[in-house]
Amino acid sequence: MIFAITARELRGFFLSPLAWTLLAVVQGLLAWIFLVLVDDFRDLQGRLAALDNAPGVTDLVAAPLFRVAAWMLLLLVPLLTMRLLSEERRTGTLDLLLSAPVGSVAIVLGKYLGAMLFLSSMIALIALMPLTLAIGAPLDFGKLLAGLLGLILLAGSFTAAGLYLSVHTTQPVLAAVASFGLLLLLWIVDAAGTGHKTADSLFAYLSLPRHYDALLLGLFNSADVIYYLLFIAVFLGLTIRRLDDMRLRA
Amino acid sequence: MTVRVNFGDYDTAPHRRMLVENVMKGEVLVQVERLTRSYGDIRAVDEISFTLRKGQVLGFLGLNGAGKSTTMRMLAGVLAPDAGRITINGADLLDQPRQAKQAIGYLPDQPPLYRELTVDEQLHYSARLHGLDRTACRQALLRAKAHCGLVDIGRRLIGNLSKGYRQRVGLAQALLHDPPVLVLDEPTVGLDPMQLREMRELIRMLGRDRGVILSTHLLPEVQATCTHAQIMRAGRLVFFGDLADLEQRRCSTHLRIGLNAPPPAASLAQLPGIVRVEELGRGRFRLHHVPGAAPHQAVLERACADGWDLWEITPEHAGLEQIFVDLTLGEAPV
Repeated sequence: MIFAITARELRGFFLSPLAWTLLAVVQGLLAWIFLVLVDDFRDLQGRLAALDNAPGVTDLVAAPLFRVAAWMLLLLVPLLTMRLLSEERRTGTLDLLLSAPVGSVAIVLGKYLGAMLFLSSMIALIALMPLTLAIGAPLDFGKLLAGLLGLILLAGSFTAAGLYLSVHTTQPVLAAVASFGLLLLLWIVDAAGTGHKTADSLFAYLSLPRHYDALLLGLFNSADVIYYLLFIAVFLGLTIRRLDDMRLRA
Repeated sequence: MTVRVNFGDYDTAPHRRMLVENVMKGEVLVQVERLTRSYGDIRAVDEISFTLRKGQVLGFLGLNGAGKSTTMRMLAGVLAPDAGRITINGADLLDQPRQAKQAIGYLPDQPPLYRELTVDEQLHYSARLHGLDRTACRQALLRAKAHCGLVDIGRRLIGNLSKGYRQRVGLAQALLHDPPVLVLDEPTVGLDPMQLREMRELIRMLGRDRGVILSTHLLPEVQATCTHAQIMRAGRLVFFGDLADLEQRRCSTHLRIGLNAPPPAASLAQLPGIVRVEELGRGRFRLHHVPGAAPHQAVLERACADGWDLWEITPEHAGLEQIFVDLTLGEAPV
């Protein structure tokens, strides 16, 4: 039954012009950035040859591309997640799910998986760009995979937060603004230097990009992965609780 | 000169009574005990209890805001009650939500449909949600579409359908998993007269081997489709009974007569049992009499004796409407 919900969600995405537009915009902008990065790399190549232990094409093209892609997801995922539950509440289709013999867990997981499958297709398209470099340059696939994993985990975290905020309102735009605000706050939370050591390290731990940067460097630290998995689990758990709560309040 | 005498349709009551007695033997499908639900300070539903058996079509009547939809939402498991118990087909809705929900088909007042899907896709989705496998899905779809007259529009987008068709898709969706209980919140809103007749016919047919609860504010609706009626007022149940019961309350309280040579109204008022005379113009009068009195004989005799040239005499019932209004607005609970 989870998959019935996932399949409908995915179909809903691909039937809406919004999803196609997002795919096109992301792909177009990242293609431009990719072109610039490849161009810069070609200019630098001569000087890099003289260096020992010089950064390779993965560090100079793929990693920066993924860094920009993360920014773009930060901006665009709220637009994708805003309708997940708020639209169902607004049009009354949530009643179908609530009156069906399907638990809140299945509803939330089904929707989450649907959104994640869509985002995975977007990330796969992004990954194709650095992969084309394999034709003419040695790629560090380990680093590339670590970066991709980071991007997927990041997208997963954004989606979980967006899903949670979309259960709170019947107005999708409100959900989009709120999730964008929350994500941006978590993005820049480590910028606040308090001078207090524990507080600083706490903020640094909370910040979303810190853990991502490590993965982009090819450092696969299980703590970073667990951070994202915890982040996702917490927001999905909160969404499930809220959905159960709605039967009591509404 | 024609004299129309109409003494109502009391003769249907025994037939209904028989039907109802058969139904009373049917198995209990829905059992509601002291169900309560508040929104903030407002008690939308206040300790209502009732039972639905197989073969019953229960009409839920009440003004807007009387608590009909809230009760139905709780039955469907969309809304949790503050207190009380709901048992559907033997399964407690709170303890065994899956079994209970599997036994119910729910059509909310807004059919829960995705505008971007086609009718077939929508029904398929709903069937899958109710745990039907692929082959069962296909059969259920064919059956439900045939029931609801949707065979030709399976490939149309729901967003492009008229309100009446959406209503039918909603009903088909509620029927898909063949539930023993149907909960229909105002199923006939937005239908044209032809569709209305078909829908009533369909509900009657579905009610034969199921239990159906439907809400409406239209009384003819209840008369046309239901075996039982239940009236809510301000969250409380003020009437529960079969339609024969309801009709027995329809004793006539006034008589309409038409005279070609009418006497002054004052002399009509002196007839035995007449409380008040209302002039309707062109020789027509409405004679209000005490409930239970049958002044038509006296009126006929006087009309013949005094040459009033009577051309119409009709007892007017306190219609179901009147009972409904009395029960929904009146002070005394029943």
